[in-house]
Amino acid sequence: MKQPSKHISNWRQFVNDYGMIFVLLFLMIILSMVTVDHQQLVGAAAGREVAQSINRIESPRNVLIATPQGKLDVEFAQSIEQELAKRHSVIAVVQSGPRQVSLALKQATVSGHPADVIACTAASAKWDPVAESSAQKIKPASYRWPNFLMPDNLVTIAQRITIIAIIAIGMTMVIITAGIDLSVGSLIALSAVVTGVMIRDCFGGKEADLFGLWCSGLAGILVCALVGLFTGLLIAAFRLPPFIVTLAMMLLIRGIANVLSDQRTIHEIPVSFDMLGKGYLFGVPISVWLMFSLYAIAYFVMSRTTLGRQIYAVGGNEEAARLSGVRVKRILLIVYTVCGLLAGLGGVIVCSQLRSAKASYGMMDELTVIAAVVVGGTSLMGGQGKILGTLIGAFIIGVIQNGMNLVHMDDKTQMIVLGSVIVLAVLLDRIKKGEVSWKEIRSVFNN
Amino acid sequence: MSKTNITPLLRMSNISKSFPGIQALTDVSVNLFAGEVLAIIGENGAGKSTLIKTLGGANQPDQGHMEIEGNPVRLTCPLVSQQHGIGIIYQEFNLIPFLTVRENLFLGRASHSFGLIRSQDERKTTRELFDRLGADIHPDTPVAALSIAEQQLVEIAKVLVTDVKIVVMDEPTATLTPREVQRLHDVVRELKSRGIGIIYVSHRLNEILELTDRVVVLRDGKVVGQRNIHSTNRRDLIELMVGRPIEDEFPKQPQVPGSTLLSVERLNWSDRVVDVSFTVAAGEILGITGLMGAGRTELAHLLAGAVPPDSGRLLLDGQEVRFHSPRDAIRAGVCLLTEDRKNQGLITDQTIQQNFSLPNLDRLSRYGIVKTGTERLSLAHYAETLQIKMVSGSQLAGQLSGGNQQKLVLAKWLQRRCRLIIVDEPTRGIDVGAKYEIYKLLNELVEQGMAIIMISSELPEVLGISDRVLVMQQGRITGEITDPRRATQQQVMELAAG
Repeated sequence: MKQPSKHISNWRQFVNDYGMIFVLLFLMIILSMVTVDHQQLVGAAAGREVAQSINRIESPRNVLIATPQGKLDVEFAQSIEQELAKRHSVIAVVQSGPRQVSLALKQATVSGHPADVIACTAASAKWDPVAESSAQKIKPASYRWPNFLMPDNLVTIAQRITIIAIIAIGMTMVIITAGIDLSVGSLIALSAVVTGVMIRDCFGGKEADLFGLWCSGLAGILVCALVGLFTGLLIAAFRLPPFIVTLAMMLLIRGIANVLSDQRTIHEIPVSFDMLGKGYLFGVPISVWLMFSLYAIAYFVMSRTTLGRQIYAVGGNEEAARLSGVRVKRILLIVYTVCGLLAGLGGVIVCSQLRSAKASYGMMDELTVIAAVVVGGTSLMGGQGKILGTLIGAFIIGVIQNGMNLVHMDDKTQMIVLGSVIVLAVLLDRIKKGEVSWKEIRSVFNN
Repeated sequence: MSKTNITPLLRMSNISKSFPGIQALTDVSVNLFAGEVLAIIGENGAGKSTLIKTLGGANQPDQGHMEIEGNPVRLTCPLVSQQHGIGIIYQEFNLIPFLTVRENLFLGRASHSFGLIRSQDERKTTRELFDRLGADIHPDTPVAALSIAEQQLVEIAKVLVTDVKIVVMDEPTATLTPREVQRLHDVVRELKSRGIGIIYVSHRLNEILELTDRVVVLRDGKVVGQRNIHSTNRRDLIELMVGRPIEDEFPKQPQVPGSTLLSVERLNWSDRVVDVSFTVAAGEILGITGLMGAGRTELAHLLAGAVPPDSGRLLLDGQEVRFHSPRDAIRAGVCLLTEDRKNQGLITDQTIQQNFSLPNLDRLSRYGIVKTGTERLSLAHYAETLQIKMVSGSQLAGQLSGGNQQKLVLAKWLQRRCRLIIVDEPTRGIDVGAKYEIYKLLNELVEQGMAIIMISSELPEVLGISDRVLVMQQGRITGEITDPRRATQQQVMELAAG
C-alpha cells in the first residue's frame, strides 16, 4: 500500500513535538487569573510612594512613621525621610510594635507637636493606636496582581521544578531505551544523606569549608552514579527487566539511606551550603541556571551526537540496532549511570535547599519525574521522545502542584487533580497525533 | 467454464476506497464462486490488502456494494464479516504464543456452560479439524512450540471452527518450505471440494498457475485483467502486473570471480549448523538454499557475528578473524541484510535518515557529533543511486513500501563500503518490479568487486541469480551446484530434502 506523502510543515512538526507548551501557557494564564489578589508595595518603593502622597498636602504637617521592624520596613522608613518635602517634619520614627506607637503619639501630643499624619505600612495600619488615632493615616496603595506571578512564588516554583526537571533528563534517556528507573526517588534521599553525613562527620559540620562542601556534594552524586551503573549492569548483563531491577533498587537504596542517617535528620550543615539551592546569579537562582545548562547539553547530546542517535536506536528496535553495530549494552550502562548521577545531583540540591538531610526525601518523586517525562510526550514503548518536551512536562507538573498550594487545596485533592491531569495530558497527546478515533473508542464496548 | 448462470458466492461490485492522499481502490468488481480458488495478484500498493480488509470488515468502502449468495451485505466490522461466513488468514499470524492450540482456536468463542469452558468438547473438535487438514498437532500444545507451518495450519483451523463459506489467504506461503507449501495446497483443495470459495493472494506465480482456477490482476487500485488459469502463463501475468513488457526476469551477467575473500572452516553452532565449510570469492554471488530450518539463517547470523560459533574458523583474506559482535563483523566489512526487515533490519518508527546513518555514525561524525549536512548528502546520494522512492529523509522508514525498505537497508550497508554482504531472503514480500531492481543492484555490486552470499528459498531466484549454489539440509551442506543456470529445481530439491 502506498503511503500518503507526509510532508509536515515546520509548524506542524513543532506542534507535534512541543504542543504541550500550549497546555503550559494555558495553565499559567488560568492560575494567574484565579490567584489575582491585593498586593502591597513594600520597601523603598513603598516609602517613595507614601512620601509623594504626603507631599501633595500643601500645608506643613508633623509626620510620625510607624512600621514593624523588618529589613524592608527600615528601607521603607528611610526612603520616606529622604523624599519628604522640607515643609513637613518627621517628629518620630517608630520601628517596633503598637505599644511603642501609642507612647510616641502621646509624647508628641504632650510636647505640643501632635502628629497630623501617620505614615504606616499595610501591617502597622492595623495596629490599634494607629487605627484609633485621629491623625491622617497614609499607607502604600495596594494594587491587584496574581499571587502566582509574585517573585517569591516564581522562585518557589523554580526550586521545586529544578529537582524534577534535572532528574527527568536522565529518566527521559532511560525511557527512550524502553526502560524505566523507579529508584530515582530513593537516590535523592541517598545522595542527600551521603552529603549530609560527609559534611557532619568528615568536614566538621557547621564549620565545614567550601572545599568540604564540594567534596561532600560530589561524593553524594558519585555514589548515586555508581548505583546507576550497577542497576545498568544488572539490566544489560543479566537481561533482567528494568521495572523489577529498579523496583528492588528503590527499596534497597531507601533502606541504605535510613541506615546511613540512623533515621535522624542531619542538621549540621553550614549556611554557606544554601548557595547551590537558594543562591542567585544575575537575579536568577543558581539551580535554575544549572537546570537550563543541563537541558542545553542534553538537547545537544540527544539530537546531534552519535550517542543520542544510538540511544534512540536501542529503544526503537534493540535487535536492529545491535545488528547495525550499536553496542547496546554499553548504551544501557550509560543511560542508567546518567540517570543515577542526575538523581544524585537532585538530592544534593534538595539537601542544600532545606539545609538538612533525611532518609525520607524524594518519597514518590520517581512517579512525579516519570509523569513529567510522559506528559512531555516521551513514549513508554521507547524509541521516541524529546528532551525539551520533558522540560515542558516538568513545568506543567510543577506549575500545577504550585497552583494547588496557592489556592490552598489539601493534599488529598491535590493527588486527585494531579492524577487526572496526567491522564488528560497523555490523552491529549494521543488525540493531537491523530491516534485516537471514535471508532476505536466505540469498539471497546462492542467487542 | 461458464459460471455466469450461477449466483456467485460473493459478488463485489464497483468497490472504491480512498485514504487521505491516495485512491486505494477504484471501481473494483470481483466475483467468487463456490468451490473456486480465485487468485488476486498485483504489485505492492496495487490494492490487494485494502480489498482483503474490505472483505474482513476492517475497512468500509466509499462506494460499491457486496452480495453474499445473492443477498446484499454490509460488512461494518470484523465480527459482522465473520458472521457472514468470511474467514481471513492474514499474512501476520494472530495467535497468542503462550496459549495452547485449542485455546487459540476457541479464543473469543469458547463453548461454555454456566461460564465454565467445556474443554473436552473443544479438544474433540480441534482433533477432528486437524484430522481433516491432515496435520498431527496436539490440541494442548502451546502455539509457541509449533513451527511456522504448523502455526499457519492453526490459523486455517481457526477459520474453519466457524461455519465458513469464504476463505481469504494473504500470502500464505511466504514463509513456508516447498514441502509445506505442497501440504497447504492439499488443504486448499480439500476446502475447495467442500464448496468453499477461496481467495488466494500470493506473489508466487508458479503456485498460482498450479493451484488456482482464475486470476484477477490489480494495478494501482484497478482491475487490469482477469484470466482463466488455462489461458495464461507466467510472462503474461507479470506483464499485466507491471504494466509493461519484461525482457528477462533474472538479469544476470556471469562473473569471473576474483580471489577468495572469505573461507569458512568447519563451522558449528548447536545442532543447527554442522561442520560447514565453504569459500566465497570477491565478485561472485554465492547462493545458499535449503528447506526451512536447514540452518541457513543461523549460518548467516554466525558469519555476521550476531551469534558466536561453538567451533570453527573464519578466514578473511586468509587471516583468521573472530567476530564477537555484529559490530566487529561490520568493521571487518561483513554486513548482514536480515530476512526479517521489520524486526531486525529497520527501526520502522524512526526516520529514514536515522536508519541510514545508524551503522555509519562513526564516519558521519567528528568527536561524537553528527555532521548532519554530510549525512543528508550521503543519504541523497544513495537514494539516487538505488532509486529509493521517498519524499524526504525525515519520513518514517515504516512508511516506505517493502521494496524501498529493502533498498534502504542495502543503502545502509553500501555506505558502509562493506566487502561481503550476506542477504537473507532479499526479495521476500517484494513485488515483481522491485525484485528486478534488487537483482540488478546485486549484479552491479559484484561487478564492483563485492562478494555476496544470497540466501533464498525461492529456487528460480537462487538458480537465476547466483554464480554458484550451496544446498543445506539439517545444518549441513549437502551439495554444490557450479552451473546454476543449467540446473533444474528438481536437482536442488533432491539435495535439500535428502
